Amino acid sequence: MTRPLLSRIAETLYWIGRYVERADDTARLLDVSVHRMLDEPETCRSIFAVLGLSPVASVSAPAVIRRLAYDLDEPASIAASIQSARDSARGVREVLASEVWECLNVTWHHLSALESQPPHAYLSFVRERAALFFGLADTSMSRDDCWRFIVLGRSLERVDMTTRLLAVHLDSDWRLLLQASGADESFTRTHGARDGEVLEFLLLDRLFPRSVVYSLLTAEKCLRALAPDTTRAGVADSAQAAIGRVRAGLEYADLNELRDRLPELLGTLQEACAAAGEAIAKRFFQHREAMAWVGA
Amino acid sequence: MADIFDKYVMAEAWDEMFERAGVPRPQYQALFAALQPLGVRELRSRADQLARMFTHRGVTFDYAGVERPFPLDLIPRIIDAAEWDLVTRGVRQRIRALEAFLDDVYGRHQVFHDGVVPWRLLHSSPHYHREAHGWRPPNGVRVHVGGTDLIRDERGALHVLEDNVRTPSGVSYVLENRLAMTRTLPTLFSEQFVRPVEEYPARLLAALRAAAPAGVSDPTVVLLTPGVYNAAYFEHALLARLMGVELVEGRDLVCEGNRLYMVTTYGRRPVHVVYRRVDDDYLDPLHFRGDSVLGCPGLVNAARLGNVTIANGVGNGVADDKLVYTYVPDLIGYYLGESPLLPNVETYRLDDPDVRDDVLARAGELVLKPVDGAGGKGIVIGPVATDEQLAVVRRAVRDDPRGWIAQRPVLLSTSPTLIGEWPVPRHIDLRPFAVNDGEDVWLLPGGLTRVALPEGELVVNSSRGGGSKDTWVLGETPAAAIPATVAPPAAQWSPSRTAAWEDEQ
Repeated sequence: MTRPLLSRIAETLYWIGRYVERADDTARLLDVSVHRMLDEPETCRSIFAVLGLSPVASVSAPAVIRRLAYDLDEPASIAASIQSARDSARGVREVLASEVWECLNVTWHHLSALESQPPHAYLSFVRERAALFFGLADTSMSRDDCWRFIVLGRSLERVDMTTRLLAVHLDSDWRLLLQASGADESFTRTHGARDGEVLEFLLLDRLFPRSVVYSLLTAEKCLRALAPDTTRAGVADSAQAAIGRVRAGLEYADLNELRDRLPELLGTLQEACAAAGEAIAKRFFQHREAMAWVGA
Repeated sequence: MADIFDKYVMAEAWDEMFERAGVPRPQYQALFAALQPLGVRELRSRADQLARMFTHRGVTFDYAGVERPFPLDLIPRIIDAAEWDLVTRGVRQRIRALEAFLDDVYGRHQVFHDGVVPWRLLHSSPHYHREAHGWRPPNGVRVHVGGTDLIRDERGALHVLEDNVRTPSGVSYVLENRLAMTRTLPTLFSEQFVRPVEEYPARLLAALRAAAPAGVSDPTVVLLTPGVYNAAYFEHALLARLMGVELVEGRDLVCEGNRLYMVTTYGRRPVHVVYRRVDDDYLDPLHFRGDSVLGCPGLVNAARLGNVTIANGVGNGVADDKLVYTYVPDLIGYYLGESPLLPNVETYRLDDPDVRDDVLARAGELVLKPVDGAGGKGIVIGPVATDEQLAVVRRAVRDDPRGWIAQRPVLLSTSPTLIGEWPVPRHIDLRPFAVNDGEDVWLLPGGLTRVALPEGELVVNSSRGGGSKDTWVLGETPAAAIPATVAPPAAQWSPSRTAAWEDEQ
C-alpha cells in the first residue's frame, strides 16, 4: 500500500527530523541556561559536554551563545542545524508538502536577522518554528514511510539529547532539567510542585511526549511499520531490537534505584541510540554500490 | 497623482499593449481599465508583496551559486484567441516536422538522399549520436516536450527564433507565475476568461506513460535530475511533485541485465520511463562521457533494447542545431507537404563562401550566433558590438563557418514592465511548451514570456538580468470555454524558479 521510498530520500528525511529536533533541544537548553551561565561559569562547560563539544579554556555566556546558536561553522549549533535541515529539505522538495518546505525556508531566511536581538527572542523563535515544522508535518503528510522517517529521526534525537542533558545536569536543580525538556508545566500538573519524581517523569513517563520512554516507543512503532517482522519469534531488525531492549530495561527498572543506577542507564541509552542509528543506516540507507555496471 | 500608464512612452519597437500612446490594443483593454486607476503606490505595494511571497516560498534561481528571487513582472502579457490559434498550429507543425526529421536522421536518411539537407550537416553535427542510430522509441515519439522560442518583430509578426527539443525548461515559471498572480491581483482574472495552465503536469505524465515500453500497462515514471546544484533543480522537483513521480538522481538508479531499477528502502524497484533533465553527454558513462556520475551506466543499452524509454529522445540535439533551423521551413514542406505557418527570422548560412564574405563585411549590421549556443551564450549583436568583439567573432567565423549562423537583427517587441515606480517598455519573447503524446501535440495555453529588464537589452535571459511575465491566452467566451478546458485541480505546488537557461536550453 505504501509505495517504496528512494533510499536517498529516506535518509534525508530522517536527518531533517534529527536536525530540527536538535535545533529545538539546543534552543531550550540555552534558553534555560542563560541566567545560570552568568552566575556559574561551570554551567558553560557542562553545556559543551552535553552537546559533546570540546571544552574551551575560558568561556563566557555570550561566547557560548554565539558558538551554540549563531555560529554556522559549528556543526552542532542551532543555525547550522537549521541550515542543514533547510538544505536537506530543498533536496527532497518533491516529497514534502510545500508548507513544510516553506516553514523551514522562512525560518532559515529570518534566523540571521534575529542575532541582534536578545538571545531569548532568537531561541524562542527557533522553538516556535520547530513546533510549526513538526505540526505541519503531522497535519499535512500521509502516515507513510516519508512521515515515519522524519518521526524516527526526531525520536532518536530526542532520546539522545535528553540523555545528554541528564548526564550533565545530574546535580543541578530539577527545575532547570524540567524547563530544558519543556516539561515543567506538565510535570507540575502531574506531580504537583515537588521535586520527587522528576527523573521518573523525564525517563519513564508514558504520557509525556518528550520523555525517553515515550520517544523510544515512538521510534519502535515507526520501525515496526517500516520493517514488519515476519518471523514468529524474536526481532529480526537490529535497530528495533536495540531500542526495544533498552526500553524494556528502563520500563522495568526499580523506581527506587533509579537515582543510583542513572549513570549506567544513561550509558546504555546512548549506546542503544548509536547502535540503532547504525542499523537504520545499514538497512534503509544502503547506497548504490560504487558506480558499477552489471552486463546482460 | 497621475494614473499609472500616463507616463508610458513607447519605444521604437512594436508595443504589445499599446497601439499608440494611451490607446491599448483590444485584448489589453480590460487589463488597462483595471490597472490604470490603481495608482503607483498600490501597484508598487502589490509588486513588493509578490516579491516577498517568492522569497518565502523559495521562488529563487541559482545565479553564480547564490539563490536569488526570480523577478516576475506584475503586468501580464496577453495573447488573443485568434493569434493563439496561429501559434498552436504553427508550433504543432514545427514539432511534427522535427519529429519526422529525427526519425529520418536515426533511420533511413531519406532527407539526405533526396538532397533536401546536405549530408555534411549531419556528419558535422556534434549532437548526432551514432548510439541512437536505428533506435526507434516505443511510440515513435522523440520530442515528448518541445519549447519553441518565438519573437515578434517591428511590424508585429511572430517569428521562430529557435527550437528546443532536448530538455527545454522554464515551464515551472508558467505554473508559478499564474499562482502568484491569482493571489496578488485576483480581481484582474474576473474581468475576462484567461485559459488555465494547470493541466500541464497531467498532460506531461500522460505523454510519458504513453511512451512506456511495449507490454508495460502500468509504467513507473521517474524524473532524472542532475541534483540540487543544477540551476533548474526547482523545476525538476516541482514537476516531480505535480506529476506524483519519483525525482531520482543518477546514484538512485542501477542497471542490471539491461533493465533499470531504483534503489528504495524495500530494495530495487523497476523503472520504465525516464523523463531525464540530464544532457545526453552525461546520461550514460558507457556510451557518453565516461567521467559522468549524473547518469546511470547501462541506461542507453536498456533503452535501445526497449526495456526503458528515455524522454526526450537521445540525439535530439541534431534538430536543435541552428544550422538545421535554417532548413526547418524546407523540412515542413518535405515531410508534411505544408507551408510554414510561423516564419523563421531571416538567416544566413555561412558555409557558402560568398555569403560568408558578405556577412563578414556586414558583421556590424547582423547578429552572429553559434549554432550550438543556448540561452544567449556567445551571441554577438553587430549594431551594439565593439570593434574588438567584431574582430574576434570574424576570426571565429572564418575558423569554423559551420559553427555559426548570421541573422537579421530583430528589434523584439516591448511590453510595459514595472521598473521602479512606473511601467516602461522592455523587450520580451515567448516560449510556448508543446507536449507530444504520440497522438497529438498539445500546447500549454500561454507559455513563458521572458522580459529583458535592463533598458534596451535584446537578449532575454535570466543570466543577463531577465525576468518573466504571466502570459494570458484569452478564451473565446468564458461560457463556452470553461467546461471544455477546466482540468481537475492540480496538486498544490510551491513556486520555485531557477535560471534554467544556462545549463539547460
